[in-house]
Amino acid sequence: MSSLAAIRPDSWDLPLFLHVLGAFVMVGAAVLAAAFLVPAWRNASVDALRVGYRSLLYGALPGFVVMRVAAQWLYDEEGIGDIPDEPAWTAIGFGTSDLGALLLVIATVITAMGVRRSNAGGARIAAALIGALLVLYVVAIWAMTTKPV
Amino acid sequence: MYDALLFLHVLAAFALIAAMVMYTGFTLGATPSQGSFTLATRLEDVGGLGTLIFGIWLALDVDGYGLLDFWIIAALVLWAAAGGAGGQYRGAVFPAFEPGGNVAAALQKAAVLNWVRVALAILLLADMIWKPWA
Repeated sequence: MSSLAAIRPDSWDLPLFLHVLGAFVMVGAAVLAAAFLVPAWRNASVDALRVGYRSLLYGALPGFVVMRVAAQWLYDEEGIGDIPDEPAWTAIGFGTSDLGALLLVIATVITAMGVRRSNAGGARIAAALIGALLVLYVVAIWAMTTKPV
Repeated sequence: MYDALLFLHVLAAFALIAAMVMYTGFTLGATPSQGSFTLATRLEDVGGLGTLIFGIWLALDVDGYGLLDFWIIAALVLWAAAGGAGGQYRGAVFPAFEPGGNVAAALQKAAVLNWVRVALAILLLADMIWKPWA
């Protein structure tokens, strides 16, 4: 296994680079959003809520798109779709990606509504959703690196 | 062993890059509290140390990799350079949290250091993926 790990076709490198880069931006922006949504909830701060909203809209969502498109590109390059029994790690990856996208969109909409109404009341729910999202991302990182069959 | 090491290495990398994304958010106008800035520095510390320790461990564990491979030496140099820029960035911003300090001005002054670190991190990721001369 350790020696096999060193071998990877060159054609996988660019989609893998974009996949990881997108995931880095997505997770980093979600952490940034959480760092502002928790104070927004505790202090009823609309300014902090606005930063959380912008982190999700301009960081996490674009990062998600890059990560997901590159994931599909890699999936096709590796020919995983042609395998009769799809491996568990790709199922976990797609599952966490789809559920994560849902949580991300809901949190973005909630924060957008709060910013528009100058009311930080939704920060608590958005912070909880982003917390759940970060747990999902750890599961996804585990699945992508250990590749359970 | 390989799977666990790779998981911990990549998880540490996510912590490190999360800190960089936070610093970039601060540079772009999200004025941090001392708490959120400290969170970023903790993520950077844990992520930086984790990527180094588990990365070297991986290089020793995987047949075909060696610490003297070009791409591993390049990664260590890029890691050290990014860490150096990060240390200077933190040193420039942290004092601004003292009473009378101007955090927004300190962040703008240190912006170049942040962008240098971001560029080094992207190069480091490219080095990890393409593994030149491996």
